[in-house]
Parts: sequence; C-alpha cells; structure tokens
Amino acid sequence: MTAETMRYAYYPGCSLHSTAREYDLSVKAVARAAGVELLEIPDWNCCGASSAHVTDPFLGFALPARTLAQGEEMGLDIMAPCAACYGRLMAAKEEAHRHPDFVRRFEAASGRRFSAKRPVLNVLEFLTAEKVAPAIGAAVKRPLSGLKVASYYGCLLVRPPKVTHFDDAERPVIMDRVLETIGATPVDFPFKTECCGASLGISRVDLVIELAARIVEAAKGAGAEAIAVACPLCQTNLDGRQAAAATKRRETFGLPVYYVTQLVGLALGLRPAALGLGRQTVDTMGLLRQKKLA
Amino acid sequence: MKRVGVFLCWCGSNIAGTVDVGKVAEQVRRLPGVVYVEENKYTCSEPGQASLIKAVKERKLDRVVVASCSPRLHEPTFRRTVEAAGLNPYFFEMANVREHCSWVHPDKETATPKAFDIVRKAVAKALRLEALSRGSIAIEKKALVVGGGIAGIQAALDIADAGHKVILLEREPTIGGRMAQLDKTFPTLDCSSCILTPKMVDAAKHPNITLYSYSELEKVEGYIGNFTVTIRKKARGVDEILCTGCGMCQTKCPIKVSSEFDEGMGQRKAIYSPFPQAVPNKPVIDRVNCTFYKTGKCKICEKFCEAKAIRFDQEDTILEEKVGAIVMATGFDLFDVTRYGEYGYGLYPNVITSMQLERLINASGPTEGKIKKPSDHEIPKSVAFILCVGSRDEQKGTTYCSRACCMYSIKHAMQYRDKVKDGRAYVFYMDIRTPGKSYEEFYKRAAVDYGVEFIRGRPSKIYGRGGKLIVKAEDTLLGRPIEVEVEMVVLAPAMVSRHDAAKMAQTLSVSYDGYGFLTEAHPKLRPVETNTAGIFLAGACQGPKDIPDTVAQASAAGAKVIGLLSHDTMATEPMIARVNEALCSGCLWCKPICPYKAIDGKTIQEKIAGKLVSRQVAAVNSGLCHGCGACTVACRDGAMNLAGFTNDQMLAEVDELLGWYDRPARSAD
Amino acid sequence: MPNLKSPLQVSGGPEQRRFLGDVDAMAGVHVEACYQCGKCSGGCPLSFAMDYQPRQIMRLIQMGLADEALASSTIWVCATCFTCTSRCPRDVDIAGVMDVLRVMARRRGIRPGDRNVGVFHRAFLSSIRRFGRSYELGLMIGYKLGTLRLTEDLPLGVRMLAKGKLAIFPAVAKGRKEVAAIFDEAEKGVAADAVKPAGAAGKGGK
Repeated sequence: MTAETMRYAYYPGCSLHSTAREYDLSVKAVARAAGVELLEIPDWNCCGASSAHVTDPFLGFALPARTLAQGEEMGLDIMAPCAACYGRLMAAKEEAHRHPDFVRRFEAASGRRFSAKRPVLNVLEFLTAEKVAPAIGAAVKRPLSGLKVASYYGCLLVRPPKVTHFDDAERPVIMDRVLETIGATPVDFPFKTECCGASLGISRVDLVIELAARIVEAAKGAGAEAIAVACPLCQTNLDGRQAAAATKRRETFGLPVYYVTQLVGLALGLRPAALGLGRQTVDTMGLLRQKKLA
Repeated sequence: MKRVGVFLCWCGSNIAGTVDVGKVAEQVRRLPGVVYVEENKYTCSEPGQASLIKAVKERKLDRVVVASCSPRLHEPTFRRTVEAAGLNPYFFEMANVREHCSWVHPDKETATPKAFDIVRKAVAKALRLEALSRGSIAIEKKALVVGGGIAGIQAALDIADAGHKVILLEREPTIGGRMAQLDKTFPTLDCSSCILTPKMVDAAKHPNITLYSYSELEKVEGYIGNFTVTIRKKARGVDEILCTGCGMCQTKCPIKVSSEFDEGMGQRKAIYSPFPQAVPNKPVIDRVNCTFYKTGKCKICEKFCEAKAIRFDQEDTILEEKVGAIVMATGFDLFDVTRYGEYGYGLYPNVITSMQLERLINASGPTEGKIKKPSDHEIPKSVAFILCVGSRDEQKGTTYCSRACCMYSIKHAMQYRDKVKDGRAYVFYMDIRTPGKSYEEFYKRAAVDYGVEFIRGRPSKIYGRGGKLIVKAEDTLLGRPIEVEVEMVVLAPAMVSRHDAAKMAQTLSVSYDGYGFLTEAHPKLRPVETNTAGIFLAGACQGPKDIPDTVAQASAAGAKVIGLLSHDTMATEPMIARVNEALCSGCLWCKPICPYKAIDGKTIQEKIAGKLVSRQVAAVNSGLCHGCGACTVACRDGAMNLAGFTNDQMLAEVDELLGWYDRPARSAD
Repeated sequence: MPNLKSPLQVSGGPEQRRFLGDVDAMAGVHVEACYQCGKCSGGCPLSFAMDYQPRQIMRLIQMGLADEALASSTIWVCATCFTCTSRCPRDVDIAGVMDVLRVMARRRGIRPGDRNVGVFHRAFLSSIRRFGRSYELGLMIGYKLGTLRLTEDLPLGVRMLAKGKLAIFPAVAKGRKEVAAIFDEAEKGVAADAVKPAGAAGKGGK
C-alpha cells in the first residue's frame, strides 16, 4: 500500500463544518488512524442540499458539479461523508452522463472542466474500500463487544438505486458489517431505510418528530441500545428530536445516535473527545461507560 | 416465350386505399413477358381463385404472379390454386404490396410507384422460375411428451387414445406436476388430487403410453416425422420391478431433508416418494443427502426392505428413441420473491408464498390441512393476500400478468375464511382479473358469502411489529394511506419459466422469448405449434395460464400430433439447398455455417481426363434442410443454390430494380 | 375531496394533455404509464401529511389538472426520499416529478402549498448565493423572520452554539463569486424558457 493509493479528495459539506462538527472530527480521526490522507477540497461550495434541486434543475446539478470538478482537478477519488452531499454529487454525475448539454452549460458558467468520471464514495464505501478496510481491521484495539447497535442508513445512500448503485435499497447490510468488524452487535430492524424527514427538520419539525419516533421506536423494539448513522441530517433528526418524539409517543427512548465513524474510532482506541463524542443531544457517554468501552 | 399472368389484388381497401392499382395494372401490361393482367377485390376468395384458374386455362398462362399480401399468409393458398389450374405450383411468385407497401406508407403518390417496382421485380423472377416437386418423408408413428404434469398427461392420453404410441417423459420421481401440489381448484373447489390421480393412473396404465419417470431429455436430433431423442433414465437406487411401494424404507430412513414438494414447509426422507398417490409409487434415493453415499454407512432402507429392491450401485441408463412428433409440456416455476426486500420474505417466517399455503391447506400436507403459522404453529387470526408479487412490475419483476393469481388468491382467502370463521382475510390488489367461466361469480361469492375483504392498493412494505406483520399500503379507493396488522402474509409470485427453460429450448431448437417461455408459431392462430416443425406446446411452458386453458391447449397439441401421425408420409417443401457437384470444390465451408446440421461431405467418382477420380463434394440432407440460404452465401464457388431462390433468380430481381436491362425507361409516374 | 360545483369537464382537443407532456419532458418520465397502483403512496413516509397522495398527484397530471397539482402541499412536504421511485412497478420517477412540479410552481409564481417549507428553501438559497456555503445561523435568523416563529427551537439553537456546532460568523467560500455566477446562469435559463414560444416543452436546466 503506497501513500498514493490511500488519498482521497475530501468534501465535508456545510454541516460537517458546523452542526455536525463531530462527524468531521471522527472521519478525519479514523482516516488518520488507518493511514489514509484526506485532502479537503480547498474551495468546495454547498451542494445545494434539497433547496437547490426543488428550485431549479440546473442549479441543483451545477452546485455539486463545481465541487466535483475541483476534486477531478486534484486527480483523486472523492469522499463525501454527508449522505445528502453524496446523493447530490451522484445525481450531478448521472445528469452529466445523460445530458452532455448540461456539462457544456456548467463549464461555460463556471469556467471549469467537468468529466464526471471520478468515483465518488460515501463514508461506508470509504470504510470498506479495498485498501482502507484491511487497514482499519488491523488497527482495531478495543472491539465494542456487547454494544447492540441498529444501523440506520436513511435514504440517500441507497436511493435511487439506479444512481447510487450502493448496497441493497430495501435491506442494506454494509453498515451492519462494518459494525461487526469492530466487534459491535448489529441489530436488524425494519426501518433501516425509512426517511427521517431530512431538511423538513427546520420547516416542519412536527413531521420530523413523527418520523423520528417511528424509527427510534422500531430500533428500540428490535433490541437496539444505540443507533449508528452516516448522515448529519439523519443524526440531527434522530438525536435532536428524540426527546420530543419520546414525548409524543409517551415513552422513553434514550438511544444515543452515533456517527458510524465515532464507533469505528472508539474501536480503534481513539479518545472520545477526539471523536467529538459529548457534542450530541442524547447522552452518548453513559452507555459507553456502562459497557466499559470508554 | 413465357406467358406471365399478373393478378393485382385490391384486398378491399387494404391495398387499394394507398396504391392506385389501376395505374399499376397499366404499367404492368407493358412489361416484357406479361400477356395478361387482372385486378381483383379479394384474390384469395373463392371467386378470386376461380377467376385465376379460368385465366390460366383460357389464356394459356405458364407463369403466375399475384400481387397481394405477405406470402406468409396466402402463398400456400395460391400454390394450391395454381396447381388446380394445371400448372406446377412452383411457377408461382408472390409480390407483397400490402405489408411491404400499402400498410407501411401513408401516401398514394409514393406508394403506387413502389408497388409497381415490387410487381416488376416479381415478374423478373417469375420468368426464371423452375418446376419443382415436393419430396416425401416417412413419419415415425410415435410421439414424445416432455413433462408429466396435467398438460403432458392430457396430451399423452389424447394421442394414445387415438391409437398412437406415446413416450411420457418426466424429470421428477412421479408424474402429476403442479396440480398434485394443490388442494382445491377454482372455481368449482374440486379437490385437485381427486380429479388428477385418475388421469395419472390412466396414463401409467395405458397400453400405448410408455412412462419414463425420474428421467431427463438429453439430446434431440432429426426433423419432423424423424426425431431421434436421447433420454437419461436417472438411477433411483431402487429396482422398480421388485419394489412393492410398501413405504417401509421411507419410514425407517433416519435422514430428514426439506421437502421440495412441500415447498419447504415440510420434510421428506433421503429415500422418498414425493406424495402418497405418486405414480409410479416407487421411491428414489436422494444421493446428495443419503448417508450411504456420503460415508458408506447406514443402509437401513436395505435392511428393512422385504422385497430386496434397494440398489445403491444402480447407474443412470441412456436410451434412444425414434419419434415423429414432440410435445413440450414442461410447466413453470415461481418468481423468487426474495427480490422484494420490502416484503420481508425470508426475514419473517410468517410471510409465505401461495404455493407454500397450498401445501398447508392440503389435507395430506405437512400440517394436515391446518393453516398454521410457521413461527409458532398457531392458527393465524388474520391473513393478507398480496397479488402481483413480481408480475406487472417493470422495475423489479416481469412486465406481464400471470393470469391465475387473482383467482387462486381469492380461492385461498375463501378457504381461510371457511377454516377460521372469525379470521380476517384481506386481498390486496390492483385489478381483479376474472376472465373465465364462473370466475366473476366466484369473486362475488368471496366478498358476500365468505366475507373476504378487498383492498385496492399494491402494498409498499411489509414489516414486523410486536410479533405481528404490518402491511403498509394506500387504499387507493379511499385515497388514504393505511397500515393493516395481520398475523400471516401470503404473496402471489409471478409464474415464470423453468430455470432451465432456455437450455431445454436450445436442445430442441425451439424459439423462446425474453422470459424463457417457449414461443408459439402465431399468437392468435397457431397457439400450440412452434416454428420448429413437429414440435408442439402445451401448458404453462408457453406462458402463464390456469388449468382449464392448460388442458384445452394440451388436447389441441394432441390433436395436432394425431393429425401428423395419421399419415404414413408427409410432403416436404422443395425450396431447399442443392449442390452443383460440377462446381463444388469440396471445401465444405458450408458445413459449419448450416444451423440445422444438414450438410455433410460425400465422396463422388468422376472421370477426369480418362481416369476415375474420387473427390469430396458437399451433400444436403433434404429432410434437415430448412432452406435458409446461409450456405449459398458461404459457398465460394457458387456451387450451392437454393431452389426457388436461385442466384440467377435473385440477381434478376436486382437487375430489374436497378434497370440495367436494355429497355425503355419507365415513366416517372 | 373538495366540494365541486359541477363534474369535471373533459372535452376539447389535445391541449388538456399539454401539462402531462411538459412534465414528461422535463422529468424524463412517462406519467401516462402510471396505472394508479398506489405503491408509491403506500410507502411514502410523509403521505399521511399530504393533501393529495403521491398517486393522486400523478392522476392530476394525467387529467391535466395543473393548478391543483402545483398548488398542493404534497409537493412541498415531499422529502425527496426516493422510496416511491425505487418501488414504482411502472418505473416512473415520482420523486423526479415532484421536483419538476416544485420548479414549475415557482416559475409560474404559485405560492408554495406549505408556507414554512417555501420560506426555508428561499432562506437557504440566499445564504448559499452570498457565501457559497451554508451559514446556518444566518439561515435560521432568515427563516425565523420569514415565518415569524421566533422562539421555536431556541433551546436547540442555544445548545448547538454552546457545543460549538453553530458558527456565529459565516464561513465564506473563496469562490463565492463563481457560485453566484452559477445562480445567475440558472436564472438566465429560466428567463430564456419563459420567452420560448408556446408548444415548446420546458426543458429548464438541461
């Protein structure tokens, strides 16, 4: 494994620099521990999230294309831990392949070349990449034995299946396998890919509370003690709205919502603070201490 | 000097609507060789044909061109007409001015000159036609029926009753097929085994039927009337003559395996007979799971067999049979519903398929007719029946409708409600299809007399909650999302072709479609024939269908076979390849090109410069040759020619179209 | 169902199918293939909160009822989760159609059927246009002013500030002018589409 093969162009996206700072911290910490270099795309811009594509199609594809074009200029494969950004990057690539007119229009407006040929990886593809997975596997120091975690994939990693071509859209397993690799016990539950409400988290909190309630309730009902996610929006919705969801259901939930990279980092022996644990709403440390994992 | 008569057909308005037939007639009159031109409204009709015969006789025509529809429709008709007029039937050429002209062009201005081009091309060929005569081949008066389900059994019985010998070939240890797995059949709710087993016994006992069970079709060679088939009789491990069918071996065998016949809902032994009324009632040893074949130990069955019929060292036997006709009746498989991750099959034990439910409902099945949940063997208090799982789904399944599932799911719902009086049965559907006799009434009975509840909405997801199953759907008639809690879910999988259907079709050189269903010769008018002469279709191997349609099709195939076998010989088309041995260099490039393996080398003796020389030339088997013409293209010496489509006939057409002949150019109109 | 004054009149020429043709062209789909099975609505996580079920939106398009479709709350409550698209047996990209309807509604000046969602998207985009990246505090302020829900989520916001998850000042992308140029290009395209003669299917952005 030469240094060459273990470098990625890194696209954090807006959330990882603010409300999902711990995701950024944990991704970088895991990468470092596995000997992978993440080079942040220097002038990345917002992918447009949902607001761009609901407003104008060109805007919706051109914003992520700009970041993609920069990644291509760096000559590296691109890794985007935020599932929403990942979804938009893949959509922009798909659009470029289907409509060469879009590429021409984008290149004229931005002044950048865009081939849409560079692979884009989500965080799970990154963790299980051919050269990365063994490095992580070899670095596991403290398996998370006895930790029962439900893998929550959300929407945009697995759908639309014809765009992301990742795992199975109805019963994905890759995050569960990652959890197994780090010694945790994955708990299967039927709401793995049910939408959390995404950006409705701000404009229609009432709806997100309902959706979060369904997901957390199902995870808990299946015997999970915690939930693992791979998207900052999912994390905010399942974590930040969990208390309100519990109130709505007249139950107590108390399921910490970890970023999958935080759990991987713990298994690699990294300190909780280095992984941003403690910044989440539902307490993350109590369970870990109880299981003697931190 | 040839005397060509040209008969231009209007075909009602099919041709005349887009082609100015009168104008074409005017121009055709001026063509060299044409001495008579006639227009008819319907040349194929009785008056049309009579007029043609009259013209041939009165005008002493020796070549006939009919400009009308596609030869696929009426070439045989007109050949007979020409023959009736006293001419060799191969002095006839057809010009397709309908499918190739009037039906594909909307504009009269451009269609009319094109029609004239097509006719003059046909006239140019007609001037070079040769007299040909039909050959004759002997017909082996025996039929092979592949598949021993109800389709195969019915076809075999019909052919045998007509006095012909039949080989009935079945790959499973017993005949009976899918019907043997069923409990009751719609719409009468007849017991399936009760109506099937008498036919099974008839087939086994019929003096004209030879039953090869637990056997596979390995190879098929030959052609209509003269097939040579190779059959592999798989080793049962049991001497069929000595075995009395007492069943002791099955009782004593210690190995239990999931039963294929029970669709995984029950078990069988390593030595087994699939069901009690099996025909033949002789068991088979499953060598994959039998301890003896794995470790050399056990042999309990041998110890307890009073008839001393166990033969562990028995081997497969290969045999060859000659038959004149083959009926394919190989049946269907069910769609693999694990492809629908959203429905939870394989994840939740109480999500089962309709065929699995049949086995539960069947009184001789693994639960003795009680509908029990696989999870805890309790009777479910509510069941959801989901239609179209795999059918009518372009994204994840098959595009087509599987035809029988609406009816059998309604049947299942009725049976459940009959057995569980306070249970709730829901049928989730998009459309309810009830095209058969008494089918619609059956549907109404289900709702009114049996209290089956119908919800129009294709479920989106099925998941477990608190030990129950939730069916998430929209009630489209209410326009509201709903969640229905049930204890069991029964999925209706699409009917698909057998997993090895493509391979089987290739063994027989029969066409099959993208879904593996064997292709009929014409979807409307030739539903039981294939494009391979002598091979017929019956049952679900041709496409999804229910039992009434299967039996009807099986009898139809039987009738076709009886018709074929009722002659001692049959005429063969003379439009086959022939070799000009003087030109043939014997390179045999044609041999590998021939898709029908009809060409071989043969040695001839010639006198060259006073000496007798032996050399090789190509030889065409007139029985195998289909007249495709591929060899004529491959032949470097131009020695291979296709009778009826000779090189100089085809070149004459080309020359005529390109106008190389020294003739006044035709006018632009 | 709304109380209608008279039955829906379906008559006249092919103009009633114009809306269907426009949606098909823009979304690259065949809405007419939809056979109303309801699998989309059945699996939609938010269908319980919509005025029209997703399937009914497809029906409105098939019947040319553009106004009802574009004014619905459905298209704004839709989270574009693609569950419908991944399950549709007629392979219709329903989520894509929802996007097209949102774009069309905006271009025709039809107010979003869910006001808060509309305000949110506007606030989000103006943040991106200015800074090239999302300035969440600014976005929240803009959203709250737009919806006048000043105290909602205040505790959550304060917690996030305390945990260092909300920047007080915007992070500004170096290339924000380039980003603004992309916004300009998008708007140019919309204006060009609006000028196109009748009969041209809207192909905005492609």
